[in-house]
Amino acid sequence: MNLDAKIPAGPIEQKWDKHRFDMKLVNPANKRRYDVIVVGTGLAGASAAATMAELGYHVKCFTFHDSARRAHSIAAQGGINSAKNYQGDGDSIFRLFYDTVKGGDFRSREANVYRLAQVSLNIIDQAVAQGVPFAREYGGLLANRSFGGAQVSRTFYARGQTGQQLLLGAYQALKRQVALGMVELHTRHEMLDVVVVDGVARGIVTRDLVSGKVESWAGHAVVLATGGYSNVFFLSTNAKGCNVTATWRASKRGAGFANPCYTQIHPTCIPPAGDYQSKLTLMSESLRNDGRIWVPKEAGDSRRAAEIPEGERDYYLERFYPSFGNLSPRDISSRRAKEMVDTGHGVGHMKNGVFLDFKDAIARLGQDVIAERYGNLFEMYEKITGENPYQVPMRIYPAPHYTMGGLWVDYNLMSTVPGLFVLGEANFSDHGANRLGASALMQGLADGYFVAPMTVGNYLAGVPREPVNADHAAFRDAEQGVHEKTSRLLGVNGSKTVDEFHIELGRLMWEKCGMERSGAGLKEALAKIPEIRERFWREVRVPGSGDTLNQSLEKAGRVADFLEFAEVMCWDALTRDESCGAHYRVEHTTPDGEAKRDDENFAFSSVWEFKGVGEKPELHKEPLEFEYVKLSTRSYK
Amino acid sequence: MNLTLHVWRQAGSSAPGRFETYQAKDVSEHASFLEMLDLVNEDLTREGKEPIAFEHDCREGICGSCGMMINGVPHGPNKMVATCQLHMRFFHDGDVIWIEPFRATAFPVVRDLVVDRSALDRIMDAGGYISVRTGSAPDANALPIRKHESDLAMDAAQCIGCGACVAACPNASAMLFTSAKVSHLGMLPQGQPERWTRVVDMIAQHDLEGFGTCTNHGACQEACPKGISVDFIAHLNRDLLKSSWKAAEPPASAVAGGR
Ligand SMILES: Cc1cc2nc3c(=O)[nH]c(=O)nc-3n(C[C@H](O)[C@H](O)[C@H](O)COP(=O)(O)OP(=O)(O)OC[C@H]3O[C@@H](n4cnc5c(N)ncnc54)[C@H](O)[C@@H]3O)c2cc1C
Ligand code: SF4
Ligand code: FES
Repeated sequence: MNLDAKIPAGPIEQKWDKHRFDMKLVNPANKRRYDVIVVGTGLAGASAAATMAELGYHVKCFTFHDSARRAHSIAAQGGINSAKNYQGDGDSIFRLFYDTVKGGDFRSREANVYRLAQVSLNIIDQAVAQGVPFAREYGGLLANRSFGGAQVSRTFYARGQTGQQLLLGAYQALKRQVALGMVELHTRHEMLDVVVVDGVARGIVTRDLVSGKVESWAGHAVVLATGGYSNVFFLSTNAKGCNVTATWRASKRGAGFANPCYTQIHPTCIPPAGDYQSKLTLMSESLRNDGRIWVPKEAGDSRRAAEIPEGERDYYLERFYPSFGNLSPRDISSRRAKEMVDTGHGVGHMKNGVFLDFKDAIARLGQDVIAERYGNLFEMYEKITGENPYQVPMRIYPAPHYTMGGLWVDYNLMSTVPGLFVLGEANFSDHGANRLGASALMQGLADGYFVAPMTVGNYLAGVPREPVNADHAAFRDAEQGVHEKTSRLLGVNGSKTVDEFHIELGRLMWEKCGMERSGAGLKEALAKIPEIRERFWREVRVPGSGDTLNQSLEKAGRVADFLEFAEVMCWDALTRDESCGAHYRVEHTTPDGEAKRDDENFAFSSVWEFKGVGEKPELHKEPLEFEYVKLSTRSYK
Repeated sequence: MNLTLHVWRQAGSSAPGRFETYQAKDVSEHASFLEMLDLVNEDLTREGKEPIAFEHDCREGICGSCGMMINGVPHGPNKMVATCQLHMRFFHDGDVIWIEPFRATAFPVVRDLVVDRSALDRIMDAGGYISVRTGSAPDANALPIRKHESDLAMDAAQCIGCGACVAACPNASAMLFTSAKVSHLGMLPQGQPERWTRVVDMIAQHDLEGFGTCTNHGACQEACPKGISVDFIAHLNRDLLKSSWKAAEPPASAVAGGR
């Protein structure tokens, strides 16, 4: 597997400009002769499809949703980072770059991160020009806030609906191109395979989710922007449809999967209320700006919050981390919450949460100010739990939220399969082993608006213009594979539902490959996963047929892929015999219980090559070098 | 609690539909309405029957996927929530619940409770955007916008495209949806250049899709999970009226000698 990252030479601040100048250009008159396939209409996919269509390429865009506007990006609440330094509080491109490399616990590629920080400025300009109604100050200028672990205010937001507004901006740009005939948009189409001809990505195979029709699509380049895989845990903050299918099937066709074990757990979600729980709801992290986190000092204390006197409360984050307190990074806050619950200090009827209390903030600032800042989040909490957070503290608990791992890409966002590009959460991204709050929206839009349209163009300039078609036998083979898998799923006719298997896998992954991992636990998981998978293919029941809308069938295909992919996650977590960022191996901790990196042996990205279902994948390494940010231990004390 | 459900089942857009009755047993009051349906579907699957198809994704009221008629009301009895945010504590043991798809000519049934709302996307195609090429934007703070206007635009921009307004309207009009986008973009300075053509084009598409005419009934606002106000429809109507003479003004390019 060739892992040449193709990082341009020269000083870091000049790399991207120089690279753009060095790129080959496609003659404007010839652009329309190139077909580009874009899978996904989230922030990354919609922005890429719209921009490439504006440039003149012929774009075919696919989503399994009924409308491009429904991609999971719509759910992002908190905000988007940009190094605009509109607040004049000392922010800069270098600082955003520095914070991101450090926040990622030195497991990302410096050159990519620097570029991300650079184009973060353009993203805000673009969004505002599109009509994204970011929050403003009375003077009419854009407002900012500080977000999860950052000491400058660089986060732009649109109430608690930043992802929605940014996605609508990108969706609208996409719709404009649809109206102009530059984008062919196929909704309710699920991509089920990537077609590789002579080692080059040449197209995809989809299933029409309404008619069941399996179809091939050819293109000069294929772009995957299909989001993250947190739903491998079954319960996560992701939308129910999020899955690993597109990237996993690409991996089976030769694309290396990087750092699958880097999964982020978000500290502030509403704890599960019962067995029927279908997903978890995130409460924006911005709440930690004013809320104080605590648990009863005494384990097993069942009193209501109001009955517990001040002296019997443990504000544990403030105690452990006096300077960052309730704003400590996500991974640290999450692990500490788990520790509190595991040692019997949990609150709520299932004793599975910690308090996030606004009492002091309300006393200090008044209820109006708190309502102005978080009103919609408080309402959302009340709708779900039936409790009023102005009166009783919220209950929160960590939940799987984001996946830093994804398909490996070089500086041009191209995977190990030439012609196959990967954007947004689907790639192994710029976040290393841990993502900072408000940086995923930034990365998705940076990839889609500003990076891929250039780098895909550079790639296209070097490939023949001849029209591509889906005649090659590789397309027939891929279609055949999809048909066979569908019939196989419908044919098992066992006695258990798809969800039963998904829940079983999810629990196992949460326990063994979740917030904390141990060598022994991971080995257990590696023994258990094939056994669940084998039972799935023997006992699952997928009712209905393959030629109508069949949601059980859709789910079954995705869970079948999770059941294969989960093993790679565990292999990755097992071989990464260090702790870093969100990957916490209990064997490797500092004396005060923090993640302990091993830079001598693990300063690389792990890239896994598929070797067959149930076979151990092959590990390749991309070494990481740090020229601009000195390797140091994170300290939030 | 235990509930009796009468659920609309329809195998495909041209197949006949009918109500089927199911029992939902031991439902927790903390469960969401969709989690209640999940449980029913798990039972149906184990019995070898086909589960009820319904659209959903985010399950937190923002993607606009979910939506069904619950006892004749789009998104059910709780105000200002999408179906996915409706919780079972709004129901009582022994309740009988009628569940149907959103009904409108422009929303053909795909299967069971799933309808085709692509007509709303086509209204967007007709002009629901600001034409700005990637990379051509000026600095974001170059154009200050009064907070009040920006907030109002945000109020309109919150629409999740669920279609409940259409389902609630006796005329099956999509005026609330359309007005939300026309107002969001038309109230911002960036949206001015295309303001007068946008409203005309979007309304033309709205009518073409077979949505009915707005007769100021107001049922849409009641059903809207995001509280989009009918004031935006008034805003749209004013723009529509003005557009007839605004569009007649010679374009600036003509005055400047064309291009
Ligand atoms: C609750 C929540 C809150 C968040 N808040 C923030 C925040 O405040 N700030 C921040 O920066 N980040 C936030 N994030 C993270 C961020 O929202 C996501 O990482 C980001 O939006 C992902 O965008 P994307 O374009 O890569 O993928 P997505 O938006 O997930 O889009 C994936 C697209 O791919 C399509 N797709 C997937 N598989 C297939 C297939 N096989 N065939 C066809 N189509 C397919 C889907 O239909 C969809 O269109 C949040 C995440 C969650 C869960
Ligand atoms: S206006 Fe309200 S009811 Fe209508 S589509 Fe938008 S959010 Fe749904
Ligand atoms: S499932 Fe997304 S709004 Fe209800």
